[in-house]
Amino acid sequence: MPVVIDKDLCIECEECVNICPFGSLELGPSGLECSDTCTLCGICLDVCPSEALTLPDVPEEEIDLKDYKDVWIYGEQKRGSLHPVVLELIGVGRELARKRNCRLGVVSIGNRLDQVLATLKHYDVDDIFLIQHQQLKDYNSEIYANLLTDLIREKKPEIILSGATLRGRSLIPRVAVKVRTGLTADCTELDVDENTGNLLQTRPAFGGNIMATIECPNRRPQMATVRPRVMKTASPLPSPHKNQVVQNIDPLLSSLRSETEILDTVDSLKETEDLTEAGIIVAGGRGVGAPKGFRLLERFAKVIGGVIGASRAAVDAGWVPYSRQVGQTGRTVHPDIYFACGISGAVQHLVGMQSSKIIVAINKDKDAPIFNYADYGIVADMFEVIPELIKYAERRVKR
Amino acid sequence: MKRLIVCIKQVPDTSDVRIDPETNTLVREGVESILNPLDPFAIEEAVRVKERMGGVVTAITMGPPQAKKVLQHAIALGADEGYLICGPEFAGADTLATSYTLAQAIRRLGNAVLIFCGKQAIDGDTAQVGPGIAAHLDLPQLIYVRKIRKINKRYIVVESMTDTGYEIIRSTLPAVLTVVKEINEPRLPSLKSAMKGRRYEPNVLGGEEIKADFNRLGLKGSPTRVVRIFVPEQARKTKILTGNPEEIAVNLFSSLQKEGVLRCQ
Ligand SMILES: Cc1cc2nc3c(=O)[nH]c(=O)nc-3n(C[C@H](O)[C@H](O)[C@H](O)COP(=O)(O)OP(=O)(O)OC[C@H]3O[C@@H](n4cnc5c(N)ncnc54)[C@H](O)[C@@H]3O)c2cc1C
Ligand SMILES: Nc1ncnc2c1ncn2[C@@H]1O[C@H](COP(=O)(O)O)[C@@H](O)[C@H]1O
Repeated sequence: MPVVIDKDLCIECEECVNICPFGSLELGPSGLECSDTCTLCGICLDVCPSEALTLPDVPEEEIDLKDYKDVWIYGEQKRGSLHPVVLELIGVGRELARKRNCRLGVVSIGNRLDQVLATLKHYDVDDIFLIQHQQLKDYNSEIYANLLTDLIREKKPEIILSGATLRGRSLIPRVAVKVRTGLTADCTELDVDENTGNLLQTRPAFGGNIMATIECPNRRPQMATVRPRVMKTASPLPSPHKNQVVQNIDPLLSSLRSETEILDTVDSLKETEDLTEAGIIVAGGRGVGAPKGFRLLERFAKVIGGVIGASRAAVDAGWVPYSRQVGQTGRTVHPDIYFACGISGAVQHLVGMQSSKIIVAINKDKDAPIFNYADYGIVADMFEVIPELIKYAERRVKR
Repeated sequence: MKRLIVCIKQVPDTSDVRIDPETNTLVREGVESILNPLDPFAIEEAVRVKERMGGVVTAITMGPPQAKKVLQHAIALGADEGYLICGPEFAGADTLATSYTLAQAIRRLGNAVLIFCGKQAIDGDTAQVGPGIAAHLDLPQLIYVRKIRKINKRYIVVESMTDTGYEIIRSTLPAVLTVVKEINEPRLPSLKSAMKGRRYEPNVLGGEEIKADFNRLGLKGSPTRVVRIFVPEQARKTKILTGNPEEIAVNLFSSLQKEGVLRCQ
């Protein structure tokens, strides 16, 4: 099947004719033509200035749901170590696999995955798929998506889960489109219909005002990204797994092509300061008043082992960098404890922190809306209370 | 002329969204429709690229007839033209069908060098449409872009946010970008551009015009189904801690210890 030429769009510039490695394209009397020698490599698409070329649609094959089996987890890693969310997914994935009476697999992509493998040995996972190549050292959405897509097409899993991390939310949508299936973002609850195998994916929508349960009844695999820190981390096995099947998958060279290149990686935060992974967040708002106020919050965060977050008002004032912003236009966080200090509790802020386990609000205005969403409310000037909290924590809180 | 495409969406103002407790459905009456708050950053960035490199800023949206309002808004914010992708065939689209539709429209419009999206839409919060468009068009995707460092005819260099910082990525063009709020400060419409926006009548495209496969549009082309909507339980019972700061500290930490989220000695 040759590439599809849209003659209305073609400007007959012959860029594609010149670049085609197979000499398949030719400008004839009735416009551009492509012969059957075309391998659908797609190079011509890249040079076409008028988007006149497209790859032919793979006809929608009638998929047989029964061909798809097993639960997979995307084993996100960074510099060779597994992202903590993967262990949470193993917990819920195991439960789904038990209900479906199928196997649980983890797919990891990267360069040297020995450490990933060593970690996974201690968890109740049946299959491990490792795609390793020196070109896979850094995450690349095109290449990673190609490889995951290749593996899905070959092995046909029924369910694929990934952490709703920044990476997961970049990679998985690309894969879902490539395999043309449904994807539910940022789920907070998962279950499966034991008979049909339909995954029941529950997630907040409309700024957390409502919850929606979503199914993907007629396509496979069913794909979901899952919010970190919502599912319980799986417990390690008492002794290393004995029957785990490890498969090393050779990447197709054609799938290692990318149009992007990482020039540099800047880690402005230490790994331990990552908001989405933080167990305790001390967040400040306009009520903090000045950058100086954030020094106080930082001291508090330090003694209780937390990291700093902020409302948009504090970010806009320039007291804290944007990477600290919690809420609709910032990050979504789910720590065990969220301290909201001098934050009024606007909906756009609440969206980002409502799923925290415990919320403590410190605000001098007793009518501040944040008190309607907090577990513990302290109606006081934060500059009077927080020094006391620090004093107490220094003496008593175990880190 | 090279096109800088901006995908924008009309969304209900989520700060207004309520649920009817009787029927468990969304109360849409009285809820204002607005331009997705993340999208003005995408429009502004496209306008800035145009100011540096030339080109046409084309705003596109898939939505009902009243979504023409967000295109008018985009014109006021500096876009040159707007396309409304509208018709019964598009109704009920999930992110797969939406990104297919937008990709198909972008293909038909032609000459795209950059395609801008907001980080996410505040109604669905999926952040899937940008990467989806990139996948359909087989273009590179640059996600959570906080800065365009460099752009020329052949490539672009951006800062893309990660969980712990950012990466500097170079990509060939065309490419799809999703932008975060940090990228710029959208300008306010001038009196003249506001007026121009108000009078603007966008071009309308249907499934035929974008040469779409109708099986891949709207509900038919959407593999996901919402099977239930419900109000999240408001489980929190607020306990107000009183006393002097010292008493509050004792009280708070012993409560947190009881909740099992902190250990004290
Ligand atoms: C499209 C859009 C997106 C947005 N996205 C976000 C987002 O992602 N994140 C976000 O946070 N906001 C966001 N906002 C802004 C949001 O609506 C609020 O404006 C913002 O959250 C308010 O921040 P704040 O609570 O710090 O400030 P304020 O609302 O001004 O509240 C300050 C609070 O501090 C209290 N206070 C003052 N002094 C003290 C003191 N000494 N001790 C104790 N308490 C004190 C006051 O009583 C007050 O309640 C967004 C808005 C829009 C329109
Ligand atoms: N119906 C639509 N029409 C045009 N652009 C859209 C539409 N839906 C989503 N987008 C774009 O995709 C971004 C992310 O949306 P979402 O994936 O729904 O969170 C938005 O900020 C828009 O730029």
